[in-house]
Amino acid sequence: MGIIKAFKLGFDYLKYDEDGNVQDTQRAVDDVNLDIEAGEFVAILGHNGSGKSTLAKHLNALLLPSEGTLWIDGTATDEEPELWKLRQKAGMVFQNPDNQIIGTVVEEDVGFGPENMGVPTEKIWKRVDESLQKVGMTAYRHHSPNKLSGGQKQRVAIAGIMAMRPKCIVLDEPTAMLDPNGRREVLKAVRELNQQENVTVILITHYMEEVIHADKVYVMDEGKIVMQGTPKEIFSQVDTLKKYRLDVPQVTLLAHELRKSGVDIPEGILTTEELVSALCR
Amino acid sequence: MLRDITLGQYYPANSVLHKLDPRTKLAGTMVFIISVFLFHTLPGYAVATLFLAAMIAVSKVPVKFMFKGLKAIVMILMITVVFNMILTPGEVLWKLGFLKVTREGVQLAVRMAIRLTYLVIGSSIMTLTTTPNQLTDGLEKALRPLNKIHVPVHEISMMMSIALRFIPILLEETDKIMKAQIARGADFENGNLIQKAKNMVPLLVPLFISAFRRANDLAMAMEARCYHGGEDRTQMKPLKYAAWDRAAYGILAAYLAVAIAFRVAGI
Amino acid sequence: MSIELKNVTYTYSPGTSYEIHALKDINLMIPDGQFIGVIGHTGSGKSTLIQHLNALIQPTSGTILYNGEDIWAEKYNRKALRSEVGLVFQYPEHQLFESDVLSDVCFGPMNQGLTREEAEVEARKALQQVGFKEKNYGKSPFELSGGQKKRVAIAGVLAMNPKILILDEPTAGLDPKGRDDILDQIAELHKLRGITIILVSHSMEDIAKYVERLIVMNQGEAVFDDTPKAVFAHYQELEFMGLAAPQITYIMHALKEHGLPVDEEATTVEEARGSILSALKEMHSPLFHEEVTGGQENA
Repeated sequence: MGIIKAFKLGFDYLKYDEDGNVQDTQRAVDDVNLDIEAGEFVAILGHNGSGKSTLAKHLNALLLPSEGTLWIDGTATDEEPELWKLRQKAGMVFQNPDNQIIGTVVEEDVGFGPENMGVPTEKIWKRVDESLQKVGMTAYRHHSPNKLSGGQKQRVAIAGIMAMRPKCIVLDEPTAMLDPNGRREVLKAVRELNQQENVTVILITHYMEEVIHADKVYVMDEGKIVMQGTPKEIFSQVDTLKKYRLDVPQVTLLAHELRKSGVDIPEGILTTEELVSALCR
Repeated sequence: MLRDITLGQYYPANSVLHKLDPRTKLAGTMVFIISVFLFHTLPGYAVATLFLAAMIAVSKVPVKFMFKGLKAIVMILMITVVFNMILTPGEVLWKLGFLKVTREGVQLAVRMAIRLTYLVIGSSIMTLTTTPNQLTDGLEKALRPLNKIHVPVHEISMMMSIALRFIPILLEETDKIMKAQIARGADFENGNLIQKAKNMVPLLVPLFISAFRRANDLAMAMEARCYHGGEDRTQMKPLKYAAWDRAAYGILAAYLAVAIAFRVAGI
Repeated sequence: MSIELKNVTYTYSPGTSYEIHALKDINLMIPDGQFIGVIGHTGSGKSTLIQHLNALIQPTSGTILYNGEDIWAEKYNRKALRSEVGLVFQYPEHQLFESDVLSDVCFGPMNQGLTREEAEVEARKALQQVGFKEKNYGKSPFELSGGQKKRVAIAGVLAMNPKILILDEPTAGLDPKGRDDILDQIAELHKLRGITIILVSHSMEDIAKYVERLIVMNQGEAVFDDTPKAVFAHYQELEFMGLAAPQITYIMHALKEHGLPVDEEATTVEEARGSILSALKEMHSPLFHEEVTGGQENA
């Protein structure tokens, strides 16, 4: 079994009337099966409202399934009485950089997780030092988070998660509120963590450029997983992606259009280099 | 404009004051406030001024920041001074109709002005050299005995530190919302009191909604980072008195002794 | 309905250690009816610039003329100016406050002195022009999706009948389909109302597809002000400023370097396709046989 596994996972949002009776249920996650191996870089794509954020909150036991089971490192989330122990294994980074930094100084924020876990003081310092180093924010350790750029704030948030030494890190649209430079910065940090620290990464996003380096891509629509495969496999299906309100990187789209016009090049071209070598043989 | 408020704002620097235990600084602030009320003569105020000046110098915080906090209380200061001047009975110095300025009034006004100013600057030194987190840690530890009578000290201090972190963010947001509504023709300046209150609705509704949203997000982020109350929680920066603190307490004791001596001797 | 900026400079917290020169000696002429893009990384001064255009910020020095009149002259009616120059901020959450969509959009027109009935006429027109469905007029703005909120926010400003509409990153946070829909709608508005549109964006791809004129801000200066094609020709300098040209620009340059005679100025997928097809034809490339496919005319 992988680090994260879901079996027939379903989740309903309940709408209550004034008397507190269930008035309406809305299915946000429907019959999802996942099996994510340790060390993988997995991307979950989907338009706004596709259920991807609801799914993400299950991966960290912030939500518990209405149906089916989700295992984090072999433990089913609905069987663990102390959920915070599971949350430490699968850390979570959220979309809004301002709303997840608790500390008023960078290093104090990074230490927040270990403090909650009851890590002894000297070890907290060690973890904080290491985590800041890993995301390249050591120089800012005494700064106030309010003075940092969006990309820097997200890197602090990632360091805060890394300080809990999770096996897996779930990022729920970490770049949606950032400018292109901030986005690059955050992605670079995430990729390095995956490659150098061997941390399992689950990246939830709707930016296509961010997933071309993933090992595996899942596409969600209406709470279901509708496509899965390598980035190349996914991106060769330009028209299907469009149906799910998504698009592909411009280079992939151009290659797709050229193919439609009768040029003999392969589908699923992801980078400029690939296109150039396909056209200039 | 809103961002100018410095009260409760930390100024990062590497000074002895920054390194002191927050409890020492809390005690220090208390001692200083007491001393300002003990002193009541020129030599006394000279000692207090000297002490304050020394602290500002040691703190390595630019003097400008110290005085910024005063902006917020300028109105209160003016009112206090004016009222003291005209309402204190005594030897009349100057008269206009029923308004009389007395010698005693001027003396009292000056004293009040000095006390208020020193009070604000004194507490600014503490907030500028202490991160809100350290401050709440200090308070938490100082108030820990209250835990016995079921006061949720940890929760209160956690709330305080979160509030401090979000004040600048919400101020900035207020600024943005105001601009967005002004661009739609909203008017926050003109009209009578009732109209003004009504005109605030387009500002307050988005602000409250955003604040609730942030609270919700933050609660989730804290849970995701294993927050489960104060139980079994360790601290990254546990409060520990160091040599500096012992020295500081010594200085404070000496200073307080001087203040009491001045009062007793009537200087 | 032109706006003219003459030597506009803006400094935050002048005289302190926090002093920031957000704008340095900006000279711009914004005539009627253009579709203008403004691009620059965070902190380049682009937000400060657009807030000058409707008098939300007063320049430290320099003058801003609207139809030849100084908008900071003593008697100038800046409230009236703000109805002429509409500004939609990035987050719709910062302006939506009413209990239903229609009332919210009426807020602007009613501030202009219209009655509720008159305001509703304008509101309905604006909502319709941003593609917001009538069946949702009674909904609370807070239960809408991100894209719908954005539309209501734009309608809220559009209902005031501005001659110039400024949009600060209207696509932030939207998914790809939502992004394309909003931008198409804005382009449609430009045609429909004939008003000037100023679009602030982070996305070079979006800019390349829609605007006729592009202003690039860097460190408080307007470093480029030209057609998008002319600006993207400076793609190396753009990179130096932490920006980038559209991905297509890079592809075209790379292809040219590798010997394919393509048009380096192409910036959209459509243009690139045409240019590559004709280049392949010219080279008699074995990859492409025109007669099989019916040629480049099929879109």
